[in-house]
Amino acid sequence: MAAISREEVAHLARLSRLAVTEEELDTFAGQLDVILQSVAQVGEVAAADIPPTSHSVPLTNVLREDVVTPCLTPEEALSGAPDVDQQRFRVPRILDEDVAS
Amino acid sequence: MTTTLPAYDEVVARYEPVIGLETHVELGTNTKMFCGCPTDFGGEPNTRVCPVCLGLPGSLPVANKAAIEATIRIGLALNCSIAEWCRFARKNYFYPDMPKDFQISQYDEPLCFDGYLDVEVGGELVRIGIERVHLEEDTGKTLHVGGATGRIHGATESLVDYNRAGIPLVEIVTKPVPGTGALAPEVARAYVTELRDVLRTLGVSDVRMEEGSLRCDVNTSLNLPGEEWGTRTETKNVNSLRSVERAVRSEMLRQASVLDAGGKITQETRHFHEDTGDTTPGRSKETATDYRYFPEPDLVPLAPDPAWVAELKAALPELPRLHRRRLQEQWGLSDLDMQSVLNAGAVELIEATVAAGATPAAARKWWLGELSRRANETGVELADVGATPEQVAELQGLVDAGKLNDKLARTVLEGVVAGEGSPTEVMTNRNLEVVSDTGALTAAVDEAIAANPDVADKIRSGKVAAAGALVGAVMKTTRGQADAKTVRELILERLGAQG
Repeated sequence: MAAISREEVAHLARLSRLAVTEEELDTFAGQLDVILQSVAQVGEVAAADIPPTSHSVPLTNVLREDVVTPCLTPEEALSGAPDVDQQRFRVPRILDEDVAS
Repeated sequence: MTTTLPAYDEVVARYEPVIGLETHVELGTNTKMFCGCPTDFGGEPNTRVCPVCLGLPGSLPVANKAAIEATIRIGLALNCSIAEWCRFARKNYFYPDMPKDFQISQYDEPLCFDGYLDVEVGGELVRIGIERVHLEEDTGKTLHVGGATGRIHGATESLVDYNRAGIPLVEIVTKPVPGTGALAPEVARAYVTELRDVLRTLGVSDVRMEEGSLRCDVNTSLNLPGEEWGTRTETKNVNSLRSVERAVRSEMLRQASVLDAGGKITQETRHFHEDTGDTTPGRSKETATDYRYFPEPDLVPLAPDPAWVAELKAALPELPRLHRRRLQEQWGLSDLDMQSVLNAGAVELIEATVAAGATPAAARKWWLGELSRRANETGVELADVGATPEQVAELQGLVDAGKLNDKLARTVLEGVVAGEGSPTEVMTNRNLEVVSDTGALTAAVDEAIAANPDVADKIRSGKVAAAGALVGAVMKTTRGQADAKTVRELILERLGAQG
């Protein structure tokens, strides 16, 4: 059985705002499936005594003191922006989307 | 769409509301959550940004210790358990208010969980369960342009300022609160008020709703008695304590009218409108974003040392409800009297006035009397009425010293509120001090006696009650600046009558 369906690929493409053609859906579904199957092999050797790992280094509590450090100038900050207006990043309108919080 | 809404008491007679509140608090740290950019409000656009909060390639976030500490203290104040180990998570979404295209938040491992906050509503204690308290970063501010109204619909483009992006934001989520019936809107408001006071007491945020450092989303549902909880809606954009109450009430009325007509409630986000007091639909959950949370690989897990947490717990300040109870006892107030102090927003003001030397009774008299009246008239908060606790204490000191009588003190207070200076300065500049010079008073008394010979005769013959007319005459010539009791004694003495 395939590890990822054509519908799931279409869903991910939509979330990523990628315009994927019907043909490409077939191609990517096949390619992603190979990747997922390969990764799934790791799961087969993982025994109950090996906890899932999200971080490769055994560290906790890496924190910084609450001390102000220099910022970029607005010119520097905006230098890589495709478009600028009123010292702000100018982006195309976004409709039917919601802010995170 | 215009529909006639049912009456509120009919709605609560038929349906049972369940409410839930999600509150976001911007922490008052010096720097952002994951970088050293400053957090102060305002500032020119994109002047408080760096490679980390702009999400530039190769930059790495490091968590702010002060923000972690503040969040743990909030959790402890809300009677939460503190996670022994937890992680940050990436919340992925497509919107330009975060330059990284994701927000660092917490998902299934919040820093604090399973607590409660007791709030008082109409003399009754209501326990609000706290589901979780987690830490995330605030988003940037978008300005929609090209449309007529500055709102997103009709806009052709958005301009983004990332000064706010990355400011530590604490999200506090309640458990669902059933069983409050008709009081649901008041309970919602009381909870946010109490939470705000707790956060202020902890000193972790400036909790200004109008500046957005405290923001609130309100969940509301209705169900028939004995039946399962109804479908809930989430109302956003609720930006004042009063709006919290209005938003719950308005949503209860709207949902009841839908249910009464045999309709179904759609699970959706709605937006509250301050001007009309009602809500309109926002994003429907049908198109709800799939956030694809996963553990943030750029930040190592948090494992707060239990000894540190115990230290923070031991050092918590006295929380508002206990503080108020202690003050009530100290001031010797009944529940009802304390309630009127609370309603007037005068607790801290009276406390500070007492600290500045006034008696609790005198402090309460000024703040709840003259100053409350003035605040109501001018439509400002009591704290912004124009007099400070120190000035009120000074004013009362002048009364106690016999330099001002009650009427003069009120005139002096007017001057203080008008910005004419301290009570002593106003008294001196306006020449309002009580006339204590006996020579001047005696002259005024003699003048009054001479001008009213028939009254004087009555008093001489023993009708001392008639002295009132002469006292009035003396007060008139001294422009109210004499002590009435002293004047009366003086009149009786001059006429050889017995008081």
